Amino acid sequence: MSEETKVAPRLDTDRLLDDPRTRIIVCCGSGGVGKTTAAAALGLRAAERGRHVVVLTVDPARRLAQSMGLSSLDNTPRPVPLPDTAAGGTLDAMMLDMKRTFDEIVEAHADPDRAEQILANPFYQSLSSSFAGTQEYMAMEKLGQLRRTEQWDLIVVDTPPSRSALDFLDAPQRLSRFLDGRLIKLLTAPTRAGGRAYLKVVNVSFSVLTGIVTKVLGAQVLRDVQTFVSAFDTMFGGFRERAEDTYRLLQTPGTAFLVVATPEPDALREASYFVERLSEDRMPLAGLILNRVHRSPAARLSAARSTAAAEALLPAGGQADNAHSAGLNGGGVPLAEATKYPLAVAALRLHAERMQLIAVERRLSQRFTAAHPAVPVARVIAQPEDVHDLAALRVIGESLSDN
Amino acid sequence: MPVRARDTDWEGVRLHVVTGKGGTGKTTVAGALALALASAGGRVLLMEVEGRQGIAQLFDCPPLPYGERKVAVAPGTPTVPGGDVYALAADAESALIEYLEMFYNLRHAGRTLTRLGIVDFATTIAPGLRDVLLTGKAAEATRRRTRGVHLYDAVVMDAPPTGRISRFLNIATEVSGLAKVGPIRAHADTVQRVIRSPETAVHFVTVLEEMPVQETLDGIAELRGLSKGGLQLGAIMINMVRPTGLTDDQLTAAASGNLDRHELVLGLKTAGIEGSLGPSGSTDVADALAAELGEHATQVLNQRDYRRVLADAGQPSYDLPLITDGMDLAGLYRLAAALRDQGAA
Repeated sequence: MSEETKVAPRLDTDRLLDDPRTRIIVCCGSGGVGKTTAAAALGLRAAERGRHVVVLTVDPARRLAQSMGLSSLDNTPRPVPLPDTAAGGTLDAMMLDMKRTFDEIVEAHADPDRAEQILANPFYQSLSSSFAGTQEYMAMEKLGQLRRTEQWDLIVVDTPPSRSALDFLDAPQRLSRFLDGRLIKLLTAPTRAGGRAYLKVVNVSFSVLTGIVTKVLGAQVLRDVQTFVSAFDTMFGGFRERAEDTYRLLQTPGTAFLVVATPEPDALREASYFVERLSEDRMPLAGLILNRVHRSPAARLSAARSTAAAEALLPAGGQADNAHSAGLNGGGVPLAEATKYPLAVAALRLHAERMQLIAVERRLSQRFTAAHPAVPVARVIAQPEDVHDLAALRVIGESLSDN
Repeated sequence: MPVRARDTDWEGVRLHVVTGKGGTGKTTVAGALALALASAGGRVLLMEVEGRQGIAQLFDCPPLPYGERKVAVAPGTPTVPGGDVYALAADAESALIEYLEMFYNLRHAGRTLTRLGIVDFATTIAPGLRDVLLTGKAAEATRRRTRGVHLYDAVVMDAPPTGRISRFLNIATEVSGLAKVGPIRAHADTVQRVIRSPETAVHFVTVLEEMPVQETLDGIAELRGLSKGGLQLGAIMINMVRPTGLTDDQLTAAASGNLDRHELVLGLKTAGIEGSLGPSGSTDVADALAAELGEHATQVLNQRDYRRVLADAGQPSYDLPLITDGMDLAGLYRLAAALRDQGAA
């Protein structure tokens, strides 16, 4: 068993949750790995251990609301009723409404006339309700807002369901870079006083640009963009500053990044990228949550032996494979006719499958640890049923801490 | 297996849009569908639009450029040789440059736009424009002809996930707010016509778990509401289906912890397996396996409920078996065969 050589350090989530210096926990990872559930489970566990927690979810599906027994989540934190308040903690949960958050920023930072002008602009509407980048930026903005209220001592953030985990770090900067960028400068140049000299330098590019944009998009689009951009002009500085502030906040030791992955190739590949990227950006990585890991209560019965035993119970030359796939469509199962011990055959096959799955999962997680030996890992055992309530969330939290 | 004449459930559909919640195997199913479609012979284009190089990983080949590359040969039937699967990793920037060149002969200008940050422009300020470029590329490939015949018999698009699909496909509305007249608007309208024609169908990939099933139903309802029938809903592709070797009675018994322990013990003994095989050596093997059977039975019974809920959506559905020993090309061919056997292609 040379496999034993690469054992990942254990991620002690309870220590992380109990440490008062932990102020922000960011759960990130690719889609479908259980980020939202992990964030909710961590939030619940922290609250039941005495912390004042708010969980910020960014997912448009109302999953967190469902599992926390709230009928809906809007842009403000709502209290989650806790059955166990012995430790004195509290739990609030909220779901990001990115358009509302964006509108609020505009209203707070522009005078009423200008704000109205911005809110009515088609480009603003597209920008503020789109999923590409804005959601990530607004998540960061909201995180900053929650942090500034000092109302909670722990904020758990669930990151947006990006196409790739990296969007979460890149999008805010991309948006601020864009709003501060060369293209915007070109577009606003004609409307800026004293922009003439600058315009001369970029004159050629600019006429090419307007030429193409007019040709392809129509002149009206260009006018709308220019109106939008000039109305937005005064806010640009603020945007960049706040994006940078939040970015720096994430780099402080009070923040802990938890990368969530399932033991599957794609999810772990994303997790690897993310771990590398966090270290490049000097973001404080606390560890990897390996979600939905399978275990067996009969781990010493190997897949091979289990399969062989199942075969032994079937008649020689028995149609093991046919019997196996016949059940696929949920139809009649010929197993009962093929053997005197259908239950044992089914149990042995099922066990063999599970052991195979466990072996695949172990290989994948070892591959991750070989590449990132210093990253602590906490495993969450796969639950037979989905999470609908606090009790199920608590089980996940327990599984996390009990590694 | 009877040899089927080429009568599939999606006769006349040439653009297959495949969506699904993250983690359900959307890319894998799109790949399997492309293989299945190609096994009728001919040429199928598999296209991804999210820049994740999922196709290259799936087909175990180097990262795809913006160009159509052959990635696989489909297994044929005894009478028809298999066709080819081509793949394309489309991105908005290249699609824009190509578009400018194709319609305005503006290749150089396209590069200038890129340098000036037009990509940021398209993806940040107006994602509707980005989407129209990507769906436009799919529409273009679907309609492309050489010497009067379609170059591709079918195009399969590995589309954005369920949460974003209606916005992604609702091009005309997204773009009309931005560009009321002009060439891009005309382009959007053309693309919209292809997307809303009987030539296009939108398939949903799901697994039999609560959240993915719910998102599938939400996605279907959203597309129905949005298109008022103009957008053709396709199939529900149920992925990672596990066979059960148990009868209904056994399932019910196992799920409630009442299975025939005696029969299980006897069977295990006959196979030479008894005693304690738990991790700590304390758990009796029959109890351990009974517990595993119980978990499995609970899952199977829940899955049947989800199946019923999905059936209420009124779309055809196909089962794709769980590939337990890791997804590879062989597994992909198995999934393609399953789709074909069920009439999906």
